[in-house]
Parts: sequence; structure tokens; C-alpha cells
Amino acid sequence: MPFRLLLVALFFSGPALADPVQVAVAANFSGPAKVIAADFEQQTGHKAELSFGATGKLYAQIQNGAPFAVLLAADTATPARLEQEGGAVQGSRFTYAVGRLVLWSPTPGVVDDRGEILKKGAFRHLAVANPKLAPYGAAAMETLTALGLLEAMQPRFVQGENIAQTHQFVASGNAELGFVALSQVMTAGKIAAGSAWIVPADHHQPIRQDAILLDKGKTNAAARAWMEHLKGEPAKKVIRAFGYDD
Amino acid sequence: MPDSDDLAAIRLTLELATVTTLLLLLLGTPLAWWLARSRSRWKGVMGAVVALPLVLPPTVLGFYLLITMGPSGPIGQLTQALGLGLLPFTFPGLVVASFLYSLPFVVQPIQNAFETMGDRPLEVAATLRASPLDAFFTVALPLARPGFLTATILGFAHTVGEFGVVLMMGGNIPGVTRVVSVQIYSRVEAMEYTQSHWLAGGMLLFSFLILLALQTFRPDRRRP
Repeated sequence: MPFRLLLVALFFSGPALADPVQVAVAANFSGPAKVIAADFEQQTGHKAELSFGATGKLYAQIQNGAPFAVLLAADTATPARLEQEGGAVQGSRFTYAVGRLVLWSPTPGVVDDRGEILKKGAFRHLAVANPKLAPYGAAAMETLTALGLLEAMQPRFVQGENIAQTHQFVASGNAELGFVALSQVMTAGKIAAGSAWIVPADHHQPIRQDAILLDKGKTNAAARAWMEHLKGEPAKKVIRAFGYDD
Repeated sequence: MPDSDDLAAIRLTLELATVTTLLLLLLGTPLAWWLARSRSRWKGVMGAVVALPLVLPPTVLGFYLLITMGPSGPIGQLTQALGLGLLPFTFPGLVVASFLYSLPFVVQPIQNAFETMGDRPLEVAATLRASPLDAFFTVALPLARPGFLTATILGFAHTVGEFGVVLMMGGNIPGVTRVVSVQIYSRVEAMEYTQSHWLAGGMLLFSFLILLALQTFRPDRRRP
């Protein structure tokens, strides 16, 4: 029975054919996730296949049978919900990154390093992410509330449906400035262009992003290895370089 | 029940669709006339440009509009030079975007109507000493009425159903750019399913009724 033998050989051939792990990744984390996946493959021989999307959509896909083994969410609520509803492995949840909010303009000299521009109000549009849909939007609202500027700013809001679109509004110059994710404007540990105020972390609830092992990854060695890898120092170094706290 | 946000979105959507459809009929008619009757070698190019929104993903159109209407884009620089400011995040901006997005749905039916009409009615009108302009208004327009009916209904309905373009360049501002489709999207994404059903179901019903009207009122159609 040579065919059956071949099948057996396929299943048990070593790390070169180690099973891949399918990871659902929140869109804001796509940059660091790619770097971490490359490291992961080099170190363990497992391949991580990344799918990017909005956390809410990934959740809906997971609930409807998507083949993901791991979810790297943009919030803490979605993994908690999956754990509660029984789509994920109990106790596997942990915070892999903490997002930082930044008030950013692509033009140098617009945003001062203390965010005073918000009080002066010399601009027409302030881009924010929809607070109902995006954690960065909720953090922006909390920041404005803390500064006592929420009502004054509201008429100038233009809302991106997610943080990527919010960034696009500002980057294209249609909104003079906006609250975006630090990870979007940071390359190699520095703000790449324009002017920015990194919002102090105490102005809003921490933007914690949680990872969770899903039911489909329960028995997958590569999925467990990915979870461990994400907690390790090399991954954390990448995460920090992209503008997240850990 | 729909709340005041939903009602504001519905009103805005109807306003947008009405203004857009009127503009499309006004400017689309001469364009359709030219496309139907011209022998210019640019006719093919123009026809293709008009048809582009049929095949382009709305996000592509929205993305390029956002960039060209932005402060460093050509349209943005023009509107700023004219003292109009920038178009994204404004109602006029949405009208411009919807105009382009629904253009083929208005131009093509009218163009078809003009083409099927042929030269003959105009030639006859000319022998009766009607000036070309006179013939256009008293002969061509009435003959093309079914085309105009289709164009009006499709242009209006298509603008009501517009989503991707508005999402890309609207900024979701209540009463200014937050139309029904965007409102539905936000509600679904926020998992407010009951609220979504009112709007989404309403949209479904509206679309069905409008297409039914199109089927029923088409005068050239043989009824069963």
C-alpha cells in the first residue's frame, strides 16, 4: 500500500512540513505582526499565515467557522467575549501590546509637543476614529474629555470608520490634524514625518490589545508556539519599535 | 424604532439623491446627446470614462476623490483658489462624488434612447423648418421619455445606495455626510442589530419598490 505510506510520511515529516498556524491580526498591528512572523518562522520552523482585518469583522468570521488558530485583537473586549462564548481556550488570553494615541499632523510645526493647538483651535477638521467602533476613537474622546475640550471640538470632528481611515484623512491633508495610533506614524522608533503630540498615557484608559488561542488552535503545536513567541523578548522589542508599549 | 439620528440620515440621503439626480439630468443629457450623435474619435474614450464607475470599486473612486480634492490635489487647489474651500467632508463634496458615481446610470439610458430614435425624426422636423434646438426640445426629448424615466429612477436609487465613496470621503458627520448606508454600517459594526434592521430592512424594501416601479412603468414593455 504505497499510497497510504506516502500519506503517513506526509503527516509525520519533520519541522520542514510543520503545520502552519493561521493568525487573525487586527489591522493596526499588521506592521509588527509581519516582522514577528518572519522571526517566528526562522526560530521555530513553523509558518505563521497572517490575515488582517478589523477586530469586529474577525470576530464575526471566527464565530462563523473561520479557520484561525489565534486572534490578535485590537481590544480586550473581543477576546474576552470569545472566551465567554466558548470559541476560545480558557485562560489563554494575555495583553500583547498597549497602543499609544498621538495627535498628529503631516505638516511640521502644526502640532506642538503639548497639544496646545487643541485649545487655540486654528484648524477646521479634527480627524478621530469612530469611538463606538475603534478603541483609539474611544481613547481620543476620553482625552478630549480630560482636557475639557470635547464639546468645543465636536463640530470639527470628521470620523474615520477605523483608525486606518482616520490616518488617511490626515495623511491626505483633508483634515489638518487627527488622533491616530502612534504605530501608524512611527518608523524605527521615531515619528517619521510632520508634527505630533504623544498623548500622555494617563489621559485615557490604556488601549490594551489582547491575544487569545482559539478552539481551532487548541491542539496545534504551532499555535501554542506562536503564543509563547509573542510573549518573548524578541517579539516585545519589535512591538516597542513600532510604537506600542508592552 | 428609528431614532433621530436615523431620521436625520434618511433626510440627508433623500436630499443628496434629489440634488444629484437633478444635476445628472441637467448635465448628463447634453453629454448623452453628444455620445449618441457625435462622430468624434473621442467618443469611445468619453463613453469609457462615463462607464468607469460601473466597474471600479467605490473605494478606488473614493480614495482618488479624497486625494484629488485634498489640499495638494488638482481639484482641491482649484476649489481653494475659487474661495470654495475643500470639498471632502462637505455636502457639496458628496454631491460631486455621487454625480460621478451615478453618472453611467443616468447617461447610458438617455444615450440609448437617443440612439434608438435614429436620425429620421430630426430630419423630418428639419423639413418642417424646426431649428435644431427646437427639434431637440419638441421632438427628441419627448421621444426619449422612457430613457429619461429609467435614468431618473436608476440615478436616484443608485445614489441612495451609495456607500463606499461616501465612507471614504464623507467623514461621517451627522447631518452633513452621514447618509443611511453609512449609518447602517456603523450600527452593524457596533452590533446594534435591532436598530440596523429598521434601516437595512427599509433600504431593502425601498430598493425593491423602486425596481418594481421601473418594471411597471416602462412604457415600451409588453405587459403579460
